[in-house]
Amino acid sequence: MSSAEEHPRMVRDASGVEEEAAAWLVKRRDSGAWGEHDEVALNRWLDEDWSHRVAYWRLDAAWNSADKLGVLRWRDELRPRVSPLLMKLAAGIAVLALLGAGAGFLLRAPSPKTYQTAVGGRELVSFADGTQIELNTDTVLRTMMTTKERMVWLDRGEAYFQVKHNAAHPFVVMVGGHRVTDLGTKFLIRRDGARLEVALVEGRVRLSQTAPAKRAQTAMLGKGEEAVVAKGRLSVTQKTSAELANELSWRRGFLVFRHTSLARAAAEFNRYNGQKVVIADDLAASLTIDGTFLTDDPGAFTDAAQTVFGLRVTKRGNEIVISR
Amino acid sequence: MAETPDTHLESARRDADMSVPEIQAWFVREVLPLESVLMQFLRRSARDLADAEDLRQEVYVRVCEAAQHGIPQPARPFLFTVARNLLIDRARREQIVSIEAVADLETLNVAIDEPGPERNAIALDELRRLQSALDHLPRRLRSVVVMRKVEGLSRPEIASHLGIAEKTVEKRLTQGVRALARVLYGADAETKS
Repeated sequence: MSSAEEHPRMVRDASGVEEEAAAWLVKRRDSGAWGEHDEVALNRWLDEDWSHRVAYWRLDAAWNSADKLGVLRWRDELRPRVSPLLMKLAAGIAVLALLGAGAGFLLRAPSPKTYQTAVGGRELVSFADGTQIELNTDTVLRTMMTTKERMVWLDRGEAYFQVKHNAAHPFVVMVGGHRVTDLGTKFLIRRDGARLEVALVEGRVRLSQTAPAKRAQTAMLGKGEEAVVAKGRLSVTQKTSAELANELSWRRGFLVFRHTSLARAAAEFNRYNGQKVVIADDLAASLTIDGTFLTDDPGAFTDAAQTVFGLRVTKRGNEIVISR
Repeated sequence: MAETPDTHLESARRDADMSVPEIQAWFVREVLPLESVLMQFLRRSARDLADAEDLRQEVYVRVCEAAQHGIPQPARPFLFTVARNLLIDRARREQIVSIEAVADLETLNVAIDEPGPERNAIALDELRRLQSALDHLPRRLRSVVVMRKVEGLSRPEIASHLGIAEKTVEKRLTQGVRALARVLYGADAETKS
């Protein structure tokens, strides 16, 4: 049973079969147009040869596995982020557990710490009390976590806080002359120079000005509210959950634009990438775009600008210039 | 092989026959998780990756055909026996006996009897593997796969988001599923971690 004649498949390339199988699979699972006659045709193809079946089953299983990626979408609400970083943290916790009593001492000791992400970086930091802070790109954050107080300074950038509330030990974030005091919550803080944004995903915080102390402004923020401090003025608006989700999309590595000007979109990309997008034309800058992009893929954005608006895209050194 | 209808024999065999869905379930559950080990083995005797993938396809075809007459338990030694026989067949046919191939078969005899840790490991951190598999996809494919699988967007939605044709989305999804399977099950496993 081992002669070449009885196994013509030996010369048939697996890559060709796999390509066909992938086309069937995507047509069936992702095209939205799949009828009875398609099903019949697929089954006929599958029955032709076992190589068709195994190739299709293999890809189908991979595609099924990928469906589990959908949970990542809900991990904001349901579960901590599963990432290599989290694995590292888990390993760290395991090591601490092995250290036993010694580890307890380490956790109790006052430990001012600085966390910093590079441009395009992202980091999740977990604390012994269950609090998690996720740093976005180009962010500097200092913490002082003791049994008495929990203080965080956001010196630059953006971070998402999921705080384990403890009335006896308030959680306080100091940022740009303001103090954000947690009253049991999940919130996002972003600092761009003098501009400050605080968005509440859950719970409540108190936002108060610390400097100048004379005309201190205070606001209580509830779920879905976003405070913006710009040029010394504080304003609070109510956001829909979809808007908030878009603001948090960086946690999944995405930028979501809704009627966003090209200028603003370019500025967003530039926070994440060494390669900068420059809009060299006022009219182009004011065009608006809708879309979802990977934070590290400004090329997809400039491609879209080129295709949708017919703008000219040129590379100049470390810049991608968009012009008319 | 001539198909002489022998009703007596046919009915006797039908009792032991496995249905196609049963074979598929077994294949996905027991065989696919062994792909990375299988590919490591095949690649030592293969000319290149494409050749190893051809061999892999043939191994899969043979084990599934055999499974029609009863699910081989346990899967691992059976899979590697089939792989080994396939390599021997090929060496005979091509009248080349690679010294390395023979040496590998010797070491394989020891390896295939051990229950491998791979399956559990894979089941345990499937999500981690998935995420790492995603990270290893080329960027153009990654964005459509993520939009489809993580964000749950439809093909037209992805097309309008990215400003590309629906046909292009379909093409990238097709390439994406192939790349994902390759990273997930094995060929790139060595280069990954």
